[in-house]
Amino acid sequence: MGSSVLCRAGIKRGVSCMLLLLLLFCFGGKCEVQESKPSPPTNLQPVENEFNQPQAYPEEERANLPMFTMDYPRIQIPFEITLWVLLASFAKIGFHIYHKITIWIPESCLLIAIGLIVGAIMHAVKEEPPAVLTSNVFFLYMLPLIVLDNGYFMPTRPFFENMGTVLWYAVVGTLWNSIGIGLSLFAICQFEVFGVQDINLQENLLFASIISAVDPVAALNVFEDIGVNEQIYIVIFGEGLYNDAVTVVLYNMFSFLADLPVVESTDVFLGVARFFIVAAGGILFGLLFGFVAAFTTRFTHNVRQIEPLFVFMYSYMAYLVAECFAISSVLAIITCAITMKHYVEENVSQRSCTTIRHVVKMLATVSETLIFFFLGVVTITTEHEWNWAYILFTLLFAFIWRGLGILVLTQIINPFRTIQFTFKDQFGLAYGGLRGAICFALVFTLPDNINRKNLFVTASIAVIIFTVFLQGISIRPIVEYMNIRKTNKDLNTINVEVHSRMMEHVVCGIEDLCGQWSHYYWKDKFKKFNDRVLRRILVRDNRAESSIVALYKRLELQNAMGLLDSPMGDLSAAPSIVSLYDERKEASRPKRKFLAGDVRKMHDILSKNMYKIRQKTMAYTNKYNLPDDTRTQEILIRRHASIRRSLRAESFREPSAQNTFKSQKYYSLQPGGSLETAFELRRRSNGADVDLSARPQSSDVSLRSSSRSILPMRKLNTIKESGGAVEPPAVPPHPHTDQIDGDKDPHEPMQPPQLPPPPGGWVRENQNGEGNPLLRHPSQGSRGSVRF
Amino acid sequence: MGAFQSSPSQPEYVDLKEKTGFSISQIGVLHTRFKLLGHNGETLKRDHFNSIPDLACNPIRSQIIEAFFDRRNFRRNGEGPVDEIHFEEFLMVMSHFKAPSPRMIEERESVRREKLRFIFNMHDTDDDGTITLEEYRHVIDELLSLTEDLGKDTAKGIADAAMREVASTSMAHMEPDEFFEGITFEHFLKLLKGFEIELKMNVHFSMMDTPTFCK
Repeated sequence: MGSSVLCRAGIKRGVSCMLLLLLLFCFGGKCEVQESKPSPPTNLQPVENEFNQPQAYPEEERANLPMFTMDYPRIQIPFEITLWVLLASFAKIGFHIYHKITIWIPESCLLIAIGLIVGAIMHAVKEEPPAVLTSNVFFLYMLPLIVLDNGYFMPTRPFFENMGTVLWYAVVGTLWNSIGIGLSLFAICQFEVFGVQDINLQENLLFASIISAVDPVAALNVFEDIGVNEQIYIVIFGEGLYNDAVTVVLYNMFSFLADLPVVESTDVFLGVARFFIVAAGGILFGLLFGFVAAFTTRFTHNVRQIEPLFVFMYSYMAYLVAECFAISSVLAIITCAITMKHYVEENVSQRSCTTIRHVVKMLATVSETLIFFFLGVVTITTEHEWNWAYILFTLLFAFIWRGLGILVLTQIINPFRTIQFTFKDQFGLAYGGLRGAICFALVFTLPDNINRKNLFVTASIAVIIFTVFLQGISIRPIVEYMNIRKTNKDLNTINVEVHSRMMEHVVCGIEDLCGQWSHYYWKDKFKKFNDRVLRRILVRDNRAESSIVALYKRLELQNAMGLLDSPMGDLSAAPSIVSLYDERKEASRPKRKFLAGDVRKMHDILSKNMYKIRQKTMAYTNKYNLPDDTRTQEILIRRHASIRRSLRAESFREPSAQNTFKSQKYYSLQPGGSLETAFELRRRSNGADVDLSARPQSSDVSLRSSSRSILPMRKLNTIKESGGAVEPPAVPPHPHTDQIDGDKDPHEPMQPPQLPPPPGGWVRENQNGEGNPLLRHPSQGSRGSVRF
Repeated sequence: MGAFQSSPSQPEYVDLKEKTGFSISQIGVLHTRFKLLGHNGETLKRDHFNSIPDLACNPIRSQIIEAFFDRRNFRRNGEGPVDEIHFEEFLMVMSHFKAPSPRMIEERESVRREKLRFIFNMHDTDDDGTITLEEYRHVIDELLSLTEDLGKDTAKGIADAAMREVASTSMAHMEPDEFFEGITFEHFLKLLKGFEIELKMNVHFSMMDTPTFCK
């Protein structure tokens, strides 16, 4: 009931916002009309005013200083660009005011719709759209940003596992589509009644090659919201990106051939050869630039501020160089991003890493928004030639051939797949083949000597709008109705990581047993090569990090930051997270260096974000040994917010990761301590009881202060946390986390808590600096006790 | 394999096919492999497995080998280890890695259980039905043993964290006097609820000695 009221209010707000936006657009448009003209006259005006105004200052000369001038042409181009970007972004804000819109209508549709409206308005006032959307601008400035985003955040593991499938669909599928659609349209052109007889075969094929490519931007825009299962997602993702190579070749080939009267077989053969050059060249360039970028970042530790720059510059270089040689620039930039990512993220600082991710995302979003927006605008303002038959048949054939193509290709490739595509999956794949802006931009680059160019433009716009709107809007209900397997994104826990690694090893082992290779074999080989050769060259502080440990580190860090996050104003204990690594123990592989720098980095981050041990705690702790490094104990929360955001930024595409760390609070025991310890501490502390008696359990623990003290914090090691103080009531109740008693021996002596309550930390581990992850568990609501 | 194989008669294959769900050709291929591993003997012993060179660099090699000799994986409701296995048992263990056919995707819950049970058995070395902290630690130790050499406490720390995760997800509310014995199979299932093991834990049996790139 209340929600419907809110919805109505939301709708009203949303509608009024939209109206406001539209008015803004019109105004913006009109302003440009008017302001571009009267620049000269404005200079005259202030001169007249001078006589009416009191002289504000003594002046030596008679000529009057203009008070107010305006020089619009000077800033016109950047101003217009900025204005359009801003307005498009406002539109994006506007959509999200009323949430439900974006569930049912993908954003791309909304943006195109807004673009259409604005285009209509501009057309009505006879204003030309800004010259920003030319094909050149699109291909040189907008597309690389989007593709960089796709490549940088590409899920590499599923991608490489499905590489064969992806390439199969991308290459063969696109070929199938192009040739199929081209031939069918040519057949249609033979009929006189449709009036398109003058389009010959080459032109048809050219047009077909343009519209047969699935556009990654549009498709992913739709698919991501739905959350289809990983297989479909990765196939569409990969297909959309990799069919660029095919499209480039086909386009060039057919436009070259369109000039020739006769097509010879050598041309076809050359076309095939060219395809391999294009694809291989793209990948090669990408690898080259990726490695150079990684190598460069090895030396940037003194110029941290410009570290993000290298990522962008090198990727862009890869793109441009590939464009220069007319090889697949999309492939180049994707390969560059994939190659670069891992090494760069290890070399650069935390902040730079965040910056890079954030900027990549931002630029890509802006670019995408603009593209769809302009698609709408330019639709209205270009010259069209409408031919019912041709356009309808184009739509029909595009649909049919895609469906057929998916069906046939899947039948062929399914036996090779471990997880085969069901019919539902195939339908999802076929239906998700949206066309988008790439084909739109391509059609504008058609040479003008093609006499029916306008028809092609119209037809491709029609295809794009049809697929984006109709298929984009309807795919969600269809997917849900058909119950296509969805994905479960909540996989960021340690257990899952451990078990997935374990499972991979098991499968790999079984495959070895069977004498069989598979991608696990290649993966292992690559990993060895990576560790031995590549990382030594490209990464500064070289150590091979197990993914489990990496995940663990990250999760702990997140938890720590989450603790800083939560509204525990009264918190007296300092959360402490530390690296797991014990560098001194990495003696087994002499070639590896220590990760001192990394640990120091993390330590720096943490140390500057710890709460000060409050006086309250001081009262409880008799023996409080301050660490040598006293600055770590001060309140330096100044950057905790930014660090928090930076850590959250690690999971851009996996917002669930944030949820996991919120919902899966866990904490770890010190090594050597038993779970029993934690367990009974939990049991005994109720309410405001914050007594944590550290009971040293095992003999591993060599150093202990008197057990209820905060242990000294060593530079690279566990920072102890004192027992928490009283729980602030604002803490939301968490599910009660339980103690685990892993030890089999049931005869743990249950010592009574040592009163009076000096909150003890865990007993400190050996002083030789073993990494000891300790995490503070956020309060458990009802219990209200803070402990860890 | 080029050598002439003295395959068991077809009826035996058919019988195995019923039990394990492999196709005849797959059984033939696996039988060949079995013979190769066991030097044409009737049974396989642990040392036969140890002689596989590729397996040596697998961090959890010993657990994998143990899995083959674990009666719980023979689907006969037995328990405890054996010393040697026949082809039938070999096939039984291998059948855990069969890819689910597309039709079976609908019934994937049972397939999941089966595969997860296999992994669970690998963890639960003392056959008591729960994975205790020690066993988990052992697992993580092994996993990290070859790739890097962290302190053993790191592994323990990870294991502890993982156990806590389990506790928090599986037992939301516990009485003060209960304590957590270990991860039971049901907890294990719940824990790995999101992990599509039925899609990942598959080995392609029909084409041996060929690289496969399509998953």
